[in-house]
Amino acid sequence: MRPILLSGHERALTQVKYNPDGDIIFSVSKDHVVCAWYSHNGERLGTYHGHQGALWTVDVDPTSTLLATGGADNTMRLWEVKSGKLLKTWDFATSIKRVEFSADGKQLLGVTEKRSGHLGMIYVYEINPDVEAQQSDEHVLRIVCEDSKPTVAGFSYLAHYIIAGHEDGSVSQFDAKNGELLYNTQVHEADALITDLQWSQDRTYFITASKDKTAKISAADSLEVLKTYVADTPLNSAAITPVKDYVILGGGQAAMDVTTTSARQGKFEARFYHKIFMEEIGRVRGHFGPLNYVAVHPQGTGYCSGGEDGYVRVHHFDKGYFDFMYEVERERAQEQANL
Amino acid sequence: MATTYENLPMDDEEFDESQIDFTDIEDQYQVRLDEGLDAFVVIDGLPVVPGDSKAKLVKFVLRKLNSVGKVKEDGVHMPVGDDGKTEGYAFVEYNAPSEAVAAVKQLHLTPLDKKHTMQVNKLTDIDRFGKEGRVDEEYHEPHIEPFQQKEHLRSWLGDAEGRDQMVMFRNEKVGVFWNNKEDGPEPVVDRENWTESFVQWSPQGTYLTSMHAQGVQLWGGKAWSRQKRFAHPGVNLVDFSPSERYVTTWSHRPLQVDENHPVPSLSLEEDGKNYIIWDIATGKPLRSFATLDVPTSTDAEGNPVKKKMQWPTFKWSADDKYVARMTPNQSISVYELPRMNLLDKQSIKIEGVVDFEWAPATPKRDGIKTYEQLFCYWTPELGSNPAKVGLMSVPSKEIVRTRNLFNVSDAKLHWQSEGAYVCVKVDRHSKSKKSMATNLEIFRVKEKGVPVEVVDSLKDAVINFAWEPKGNRFVIITAGEIPAGAAVPPKTAVSFFAPEKLKGGAPGNFRHIRTVDKKNSNAIYWSPKGRFVVVATLQSQQSFDLDFWDLSFDKPKDEAEKGDKELNANLQLMATAEHYGMTDIEWDPSGRYLATVASAFRHHMENGYHMYDFKGTLLREEHIDRFKQLIWRPRPATLLSKEEQAEIRKNLRNYSKIFDEQDQAKKNTANKAVIEERQRMLTEWLEFRKSMREMLEEEGAEIELNNGKVIREEDGEVEEIEEIVEEIIEESEEVVQ
Repeated sequence: MRPILLSGHERALTQVKYNPDGDIIFSVSKDHVVCAWYSHNGERLGTYHGHQGALWTVDVDPTSTLLATGGADNTMRLWEVKSGKLLKTWDFATSIKRVEFSADGKQLLGVTEKRSGHLGMIYVYEINPDVEAQQSDEHVLRIVCEDSKPTVAGFSYLAHYIIAGHEDGSVSQFDAKNGELLYNTQVHEADALITDLQWSQDRTYFITASKDKTAKISAADSLEVLKTYVADTPLNSAAITPVKDYVILGGGQAAMDVTTTSARQGKFEARFYHKIFMEEIGRVRGHFGPLNYVAVHPQGTGYCSGGEDGYVRVHHFDKGYFDFMYEVERERAQEQANL
Repeated sequence: MATTYENLPMDDEEFDESQIDFTDIEDQYQVRLDEGLDAFVVIDGLPVVPGDSKAKLVKFVLRKLNSVGKVKEDGVHMPVGDDGKTEGYAFVEYNAPSEAVAAVKQLHLTPLDKKHTMQVNKLTDIDRFGKEGRVDEEYHEPHIEPFQQKEHLRSWLGDAEGRDQMVMFRNEKVGVFWNNKEDGPEPVVDRENWTESFVQWSPQGTYLTSMHAQGVQLWGGKAWSRQKRFAHPGVNLVDFSPSERYVTTWSHRPLQVDENHPVPSLSLEEDGKNYIIWDIATGKPLRSFATLDVPTSTDAEGNPVKKKMQWPTFKWSADDKYVARMTPNQSISVYELPRMNLLDKQSIKIEGVVDFEWAPATPKRDGIKTYEQLFCYWTPELGSNPAKVGLMSVPSKEIVRTRNLFNVSDAKLHWQSEGAYVCVKVDRHSKSKKSMATNLEIFRVKEKGVPVEVVDSLKDAVINFAWEPKGNRFVIITAGEIPAGAAVPPKTAVSFFAPEKLKGGAPGNFRHIRTVDKKNSNAIYWSPKGRFVVVATLQSQQSFDLDFWDLSFDKPKDEAEKGDKELNANLQLMATAEHYGMTDIEWDPSGRYLATVASAFRHHMENGYHMYDFKGTLLREEHIDRFKQLIWRPRPATLLSKEEQAEIRKNLRNYSKIFDEQDQAKKNTANKAVIEERQRMLTEWLEFRKSMREMLEEEGAEIELNNGKVIREEDGEVEEIEEIVEEIIEESEEVVQ
């Protein structure tokens, strides 16, 4: 099916997200506006106005009632999805690079930038899922990262751990109850910034993308690297597809790193790899700038990507995508069917 | 009471400093004082003369001594013994230490008359070596190392599958790999920081050369151990003789070798030199040379013309017997190996000589039975004399053939790989010097009297020329005039030439086969086995195309009968390809594969390599950060006779059957291995997932087990939304009456 081009933003996209039902896509960009779209036809549902700076991040709670955003205006905001009403604003000393709800939607974390004497920190707030309720001003937990600033973070299954990816290519595991650092391991190359961290649906493993041109799947409890996907360009995002065992990687040479600007130089393609066999199986072209974020439909029926070129491209998977199987997978499926 | 300097405990009284043996340390750290004795030499072996003849002898000796430097006034001290006679030796003081060194170098062992030979040594040396105990008085038998079996240096040729090796230099890593037919390269050895600047194979592939600040190292054998080491501080380039017996190293910086800067295996002889020619077997230098001082010429406006250095400067004859260097505009110096003496003690004077090339194979001229090597040279127009191309035979120095040429602006010499032809590409200008044309003057070296054939009527400048290896066809690339101020390089045309077929199969005159124009190509790469040629565009910003040509294409029989019988060629374009940013092209020595390289030495875009087969099918492409070099390991000449090779070619079909079977078997096992690996990965993953699900179930993680969806009461209630889509298929208006 032809991809749907969402051209509602005026500047580079920074993050795109599906809600858990997969019917709505939320997108944030450097143009200060949050947009909500119908995923099946690309019609715009609405916008959320209020932020005073570039937006870096967005997340929606599991019931699609609350939306959290963060950006360069040093605020993290909570919105009502349905009405677009601003429910709460938290102020910080530096910008917010990443927000994420826990699986039950009762906790929200925000990652702050390290700047002008402020260390990179991870704040955790208790969230009352009631739209009418007053949200707490006080964070329940604050993790200060002294060694290397965190760039991305998220909650593991049952909010046992907070997993954070760092500027120096390492991944940390914190106890989500008390913020204690349990484990830190160099997952990616030293000093290769981790650009994205996305969860599997059951939050037992996650994928990280890095400037070292690789994406890796690690287990949430042991932080053991299970799979490595090697690309030929710095990566900005990586997503795990449900239903089929694939991962989607996105990235591309940043404009400042390209000497001659041509599409072939940029490698602005979404790359599909087989999750288990770690082999590249396909690419999707379209963007004419680096891909900043890739998100997969929770039911695995499509994906969307937000690019530096200011567009969101929404793709629906065709039959070939679902039919594709490695010989060993086919045999295994046959065995299962025969049982 | 605190211990101070005054009341240090004195209990270690038996400690006596003079008892310690410091000699080893003193030896090690002995400071060579510049005592002003460096300008002194000691002369031995002089005749013993009575006191009154001493002045005469001094005068006689001085004449010799002053030939290398200036002896200080009253600088000769010739002691007179008790019997009133001189002692047969003298001390001489020069003005400068460098002159004393020169005296030792040049005057030592000069005969004075029949009975007396002068020995000249530095005073400091006599002091150093003459001291008692410095040189052992007793003769000790030299210790001979027990014989050690060395590795076979050509073991790679014994590969059961006949694969070729290649060296790849990427980032800081140098590795040697087998090139496999189907799979990626298989590492043989891979080392970090193996070289400091680049790597190079010796011409027959025996050694891999690594470059270092201190010199050059050769590696080889199955274990890739160091075979030889040639110390040449600051070495820039290295060049092997064709049979790998000798090697030339060059540094732009003159060598500095003296007592304060000792270099292993080099002596004072090498001080101030740029080139060293080494014997590879012994690892010892044979002779060293300094860079020639060429007077910088000036162009029309009087600006000095920067001459490009010719490399190799020392050119080898095909059999390693001779090495020659040209003094531009003057002469060619031919040295005989292994003694490295100048042939007939003098350089061959060739006035105005611009360039010369040795025949790449030992020539076999018609009717010439004696041993000879040939080189070709050319001289430009000098005054009223025409420009000349000459062929000279060595060692007789006889000029075999010359040809006069007019209006020559430049010439290039191209030998065919077997030395059967030499093509002189002559760029000629019209009288007004406005338009240019190119002549190809082809010397048929093997034919009687060396006839010359001229292929002219090429109006455009020929920018590239290449002979078919072991064949008699050639390819040229011509470029049109460059319009002044144009930013794009002119379009080029590729032309193919082949000789006519004469009766009995002898090659006749060269004829033009075909020209392909409106190209950007600028480089020609023949397969080392001939027949196939790749014409490519290198070093261009816009195009990076490769054309794979076959010159002996077998047409289906019914077509072949009609024409093109008289020409020894049948041209066919097999494939075209593109490799963005490619900088180098390398055929493997068997002519089966072609590698194109985008090297980080030249730019940093998409570094890596592509691998093609000879007919232009892309087999593999790899992008590797900071990829610098890919060089195939050369092979030595085949040991099979011509008849044996022909026999193999005849039975190729039978052989290929065996190889196809082997390939198939290999593929099957490889596939099996891949499948097994995938089975393993899949099982491992499913087990991991199972354990995770069990863990989640134990922990009661409902949301997670529901794929991250919160279970809500209203779930299960399905709300149906009807969407009515109206599509207008056709609209038509009708006028209702």
